[in-house]
Amino acid sequence: RDFNERCAQCSEVNWGLTDGGRFYCRSCHNVTERTREVVNTDFITNSRVQTISKGLRKQEKNDGGCEWYICEGFQLVLKKQAEALEALGVCPQMKDEILCNFWRCYLQKSKQAYCQRPARETVKALSVCESSTDVESDPERPSLLHLLSLSESEGDVQTDCSFASSVSKVSESASVYSGSVDGSLYLMKNQKEKLRMTMPMTLSFCYMALLWLREPITLSEFLRFVVEGHIPYLNVFQHFPEKMKLCGLDLKIFCVESWPVYEEVFKQMHELAVFLDLPRFPDITDSCFLHPDMLCMKYLMEANLPDELHNWTCRVVKKIGIGEVDFLTLMPGNKSTRKVKYDVLAAAVIVVVLKLLFLLDDHYEWLLSELAEERNKNNTEGGPYFEFKKWYEVVKHSLDVEQKKLEEERAKYLWRCEKPLFYSVKNKSKVLKRRQMVVNLQNQFGKLSDSVRRAEKPNPSSFQLSWSEENTDGSCFHGHSLKGILQEKCGFLTAMNPDYWLCTIKLCNEKLCGHLAHYREVEFPQSYHFVLGLFSFLLRIQPSYIHDEVCMIEHKLFSKKLCKKRKYKTVIRK
Amino acid sequence: SSNEHKLNFKKSKEACLSYIQDALLQKQWKRAAEFLTCYVESLEKDYSREHIGPSEMIWRIGTEILWHHSQSSMKEFNCFMEQMKTLGVKRYLKVCLEHVFHLLCNGQIDEAYQNLSLAESWRFGEQTAIQDKEMKLIQAYRGLLDYCSWSKQKNILLEQGEDGFSDLAVEQEMHGYFRKAAVNLKEIIKIPGVWDIFVKCYVDLLEFYGDHNEARQVLNEYAYNSKFPANPNAHVYLYEFLKRQGESKKSLISALKILHDIVPSHELMIDFNTMLQKSKKRKKRRLGLEVIFAALDYAGWKENAKAWSCLARQVKQIVISEKHLEWIKQEWNARKDWWPAFHFSRYLAKRNWQENKSLSYEKALVAGILLGKDCKYFRHVSRQGCKAQLKRFRMLKKFVNRHNSVYLKISG
Repeated sequence: RDFNERCAQCSEVNWGLTDGGRFYCRSCHNVTERTREVVNTDFITNSRVQTISKGLRKQEKNDGGCEWYICEGFQLVLKKQAEALEALGVCPQMKDEILCNFWRCYLQKSKQAYCQRPARETVKALSVCESSTDVESDPERPSLLHLLSLSESEGDVQTDCSFASSVSKVSESASVYSGSVDGSLYLMKNQKEKLRMTMPMTLSFCYMALLWLREPITLSEFLRFVVEGHIPYLNVFQHFPEKMKLCGLDLKIFCVESWPVYEEVFKQMHELAVFLDLPRFPDITDSCFLHPDMLCMKYLMEANLPDELHNWTCRVVKKIGIGEVDFLTLMPGNKSTRKVKYDVLAAAVIVVVLKLLFLLDDHYEWLLSELAEERNKNNTEGGPYFEFKKWYEVVKHSLDVEQKKLEEERAKYLWRCEKPLFYSVKNKSKVLKRRQMVVNLQNQFGKLSDSVRRAEKPNPSSFQLSWSEENTDGSCFHGHSLKGILQEKCGFLTAMNPDYWLCTIKLCNEKLCGHLAHYREVEFPQSYHFVLGLFSFLLRIQPSYIHDEVCMIEHKLFSKKLCKKRKYKTVIRK
Repeated sequence: SSNEHKLNFKKSKEACLSYIQDALLQKQWKRAAEFLTCYVESLEKDYSREHIGPSEMIWRIGTEILWHHSQSSMKEFNCFMEQMKTLGVKRYLKVCLEHVFHLLCNGQIDEAYQNLSLAESWRFGEQTAIQDKEMKLIQAYRGLLDYCSWSKQKNILLEQGEDGFSDLAVEQEMHGYFRKAAVNLKEIIKIPGVWDIFVKCYVDLLEFYGDHNEARQVLNEYAYNSKFPANPNAHVYLYEFLKRQGESKKSLISALKILHDIVPSHELMIDFNTMLQKSKKRKKRRLGLEVIFAALDYAGWKENAKAWSCLARQVKQIVISEKHLEWIKQEWNARKDWWPAFHFSRYLAKRNWQENKSLSYEKALVAGILLGKDCKYFRHVSRQGCKAQLKRFRMLKKFVNRHNSVYLKISG
């Protein structure tokens, strides 16, 4: 949206968006009557930022390229990602309004655009410096190697050194090589100061917008779609227009050679929300997809667990208050509340419920299963009783198959694309030759391969494991009843299991060591490990993160008892 | 942990490599090809710090797959090798050599020769000097192929000679190949290494043209120069040469002495023992006994009737002469704890009798002397032999009975 009117009260152009969708001036908090619909949405179709007032931009260079700035590149990336999300079913508002508003805000805050003195000024100053003779004497100016080491891409030290040596041979007086105007400046910026934009951060932006709109997609799902290729991320630069030549240091910025990490994207999203001075996000209520009750339902289905367990998850959620609006809704800058990982939280709730009902100490759950089996023999009416053992066998089998597939997929992952990348014009021909050889070899050995590689990506699906009630082999447990493992007490059905073991008695300080607890497989029962492993696979995160949430939930659930029996027992009577 | 959700290029390719490795080990060529297809993009990343870079990996893995895959043709293989040659200049000659080996395995001698000649003419700045060793090998193999051509011409000539013809052209060609071969073969065997085939061929050439001195020198160098790795074959070649030349027993014996030290179980030990037994010198005869006992320590010789007959002959001769019983005692000392179970068990007695009467005869003699007439082996075999009314077994029984006291003396 192109809302550049000056505020009636303070004459500033500094707009934010209220919950109600109205514009408000950030400088003086004057709320306007203008709402989103009035504003035109044709900004995003123009991919180049044109608000620079300084200097004339050279339109064409000799090689058909043009001058472009790093933030323009990122803008393109975000645009592509938003389009992909829209194709997946996300509402168009995400692309047309929310995301681009966030982006503009970011540009403004980081002084790259929409402000009086964009940071580009310093680029010009730098080029003046560079032509001076005593380059080495300036201690402030970072060396080339230092610049290269500031990048995010991993394991690229080798290319760094070879690149460094080749560039230093080229010429000392030339500015550091990049296709973009400010590539080198970008890498030189102090990371902590202004939240420098990176490729993983584009995902943080997207997710932040998705969260703002409360779209029915979790972060783990979003990242899975990225890895599966439904959202442009790897090699997204191949969609840059021809005129935007990408080389040299640009590669460090836009080339991705590792998958996005949940924790990193999550953390950066929160930092970003603070940086942009965003207000409280729209409420996550119990009708939202991201609410634990909803997510639990989804994960229970996916884990092939009985629907009846949902009652239990809801009870736990209610008891410890994690279903409350204030707990779930993101309030940027509020350091006292723990940041909520909706997906991990829901998975952890299910794990806790399983522990409540089955204990999961590698002993009790099997006994209980045998009991259910016995009861099942006499069970003539209604559905079958849930037997842990049967469930374990079915799910483990499927999980093993899927995990094996996933590992093979990872090994077969293709990182490069057709668009060649070169650091300098010098090694362009070498790069092209290599690319040609790679394509030749791929053809030669591709013909000798087993299967024909599927040309199309499979359609993105929300469920990775699916179980059909129509299967007569009894491999679907959704409709199974928990009666087999419950007992009647005062007219209510309660768990037969009177015990519970805590994952940890004391929680760690998350700020110090990054975790609430430390998970080591050998220290916990196999069944617990299995259940963690199941959700670890579904969410594509380390089991230890789910374990952290489990610990947190347990401590909330048993907080009273813990205060009393802090030092003594790990087994608690419910 | 196995659920490593953080993945980057490097780890992904490492995983890919391990899948390739598994597939290769299980001879699943299609699967290996599938993963290799995904691996090749590693070429676009610089691994200059790694010990073995992707280009070398791809060369080696690709070679294996193309060599074994049912749908791969020689044409494809050659095409691949040419590509690999362009990949790494530091490895150029090595790749050429290996390509040549494959061509030879496939019987494509001419193509192999062409490739060798091409490789020989390669020059690339300082790389030429660095890859000097490979260059020598290439020249040596070309020399070897020249030798093959020479050999072919020689055979033609010999055939023609039988028929009474004599073709000058063939002869000239033959001499031409000789010159080319000799030059290269001579060069490579100067360098310390294991060059069995080159040495053999070179010596063959020299002998044909009558240059026995040079041949002798070459073989001596190969066998005795300490810079060369210890190689039993070197001694074998020298021995065989000396034999062909009709050298004295003395020099033959000295040639085999080191072979005995290096490989006591070598098949030539029989010849060695035979020569030594007949020697007039006491020391040599003593050595002979040592040699034959040492050879029979090895499982591969257990059923070798010839070896047993050598031992039996010598033992018999010593017993009859009643001189040097202490030799047997010395040799038997180290073996008396385990030879009985190893050679002279009741089971073996039965089996040897059933399968090989001569073997059992010789062994029975030795057993009878070393362990006395009451030992399991001798008893069974001699009883069987006498039952079968075979004369020599009766003689054997008599002999052992007569000298029954020997075993007491030697086991003392």
